[in-house]
Amino acid sequence: MLKIDNLVVAYGGIEALKGINLEVEEGKIVTLVGANGAGKSTTLRSVVGLVKPKSGSITYNNIDLLNMKTQDIVKLGITLVPEGRRIFPNLTVLENLKLGAYFRKDTNEIKKDLEWVYSLFPILKERHWQMAGTLSGGEQQMLAVGRALMSKPKLLMMDEPSLGLAPIIVNELFNIIKEIHNQGVTILLIEQNANAALHIADIGYVIETGMIKIKGEGKELLNNDEVRKAYLGENVSN
Amino acid sequence: MINMTWEMFLQHLANGISLGSLYALIAIGYTMVYGILRLINFAHGDIFMMATYFAFFGVFFGLPWYIAFPITIILTILLGMGVEIAAYRSLRDAPKISIMISAIGASFLIENLAIVIFGGRPKAFPTEELFTKVVYIGNISVQRLTFIIPIVTIILLVMLLYLINKTKTGMAMRAVSKDHETAKLMGVNIDRTISTTFGIGSALAAIGGIMWGLKFPQIQPLMGVMPGLKCFIAAVIGGIGNITGAVIGGFFLGVSEIMLVAIFQGLTGYRDAFAFIILILVLLFKPTGIMGEKISEKV
Repeated sequence: MLKIDNLVVAYGGIEALKGINLEVEEGKIVTLVGANGAGKSTTLRSVVGLVKPKSGSITYNNIDLLNMKTQDIVKLGITLVPEGRRIFPNLTVLENLKLGAYFRKDTNEIKKDLEWVYSLFPILKERHWQMAGTLSGGEQQMLAVGRALMSKPKLLMMDEPSLGLAPIIVNELFNIIKEIHNQGVTILLIEQNANAALHIADIGYVIETGMIKIKGEGKELLNNDEVRKAYLGENVSN
Repeated sequence: MINMTWEMFLQHLANGISLGSLYALIAIGYTMVYGILRLINFAHGDIFMMATYFAFFGVFFGLPWYIAFPITIILTILLGMGVEIAAYRSLRDAPKISIMISAIGASFLIENLAIVIFGGRPKAFPTEELFTKVVYIGNISVQRLTFIIPIVTIILLVMLLYLINKTKTGMAMRAVSKDHETAKLMGVNIDRTISTTFGIGSALAAIGGIMWGLKFPQIQPLMGVMPGLKCFIAAVIGGIGNITGAVIGGFFLGVSEIMLVAIFQGLTGYRDAFAFIILILVLLFKPTGIMGEKISEKV
């Protein structure tokens, strides 16, 4: 579905990605884990055209994404839930959701999707008239995910959705991610919370300073000594 | 010093309100562009000036006003969008100071082009009996225009607020004003949204320009400078970025300017300075303006 080949991204001479390869198969949950500054966000931002790569290729169902504008990439069914939620605080909850469906013309389907989002996140329905800036952090993250779903994505990419959330809400969120996946949405998930991410992922990639270090099945990586030591904070010797 | 009858007061008030309405129309353009690009569009006053010339030449070449004025509005919209594409678009990711200097450059360019093309000598704006006819109410004599201007302004304001708050385009504009990148992720075409904003601001400046020409029927290439600055001040008074605020600021500035001159006739020469004194006071004591947003966000 999504194929990244030998992608190099540089910010003013410093290479943030040094030629990474990554593949997301349709129907899978793929996760990209790694430390701060490893290049996780840059990878996702390149896919949606917010960052212009220096070299390499990104294709989606064999469509070259590199020279496309963000607004057109989104129309292909690729949506990014950006890091830090980035909801529109000056718009109501409902307006934020409607904006997610901005480019869609199928009014009736939009209504159905709105109901679906409301069923996933009942709190959003309750607060649909509120300014989004007044929501709590967890609710804002729900709104950011709901807003992304309103574009009817085939590939949903999430950048650190658990950042700054209480553990109980993180659990809830990961359950909802699984639920969304069950509805047939392919998911590419970036997480610092490697443990939670690898538990739900089919495939995991570990990225370190701009390079893919390890690739494997989610469960397999959970048991990988190197991963456990570096990302799961476990003492491997015992 | 204060020597004014009730009739005179009402007369001045009517004048102040109509001047304030014109300020309001132009101030909306400043505030909208600021809202979406965080840029003071210094060329806005000159776009207003160009509108008066478009109208002048339309009538000059024999078009009736009801054709000349709509053409004026269209040409002004194109000019406003053209300035954005030529002077601001390529600088969107550049430091703020670059785009500000570009705005000042665009302003000087338009002013000097106007001097070269139209000549520096003032021209008489064609007056239309329909608008300028004087009507008497009791002892007060006012031009019809004095009533038409505020009514037109209020109607345009209501239409604009509807567009911003109730339509999809308006929703996109509000989204872009907060976060360009995320708006792009929603599939919003940023360039088109910004273009629309400049178009709307320029249309309002054109309508303001036409009515300005009818009210003060003498036009010249630098006529946009002082109203431009004052309307920017009006936008700041109202809380820059806020449309209703810009209108309130415009009315406030127009009425107080006229009243100041009417009450303290010795201060007539300081009329223009007054606006700047208010600007300084606002910046000192309430930098967010009357309607300025107090942003409270949970993170």
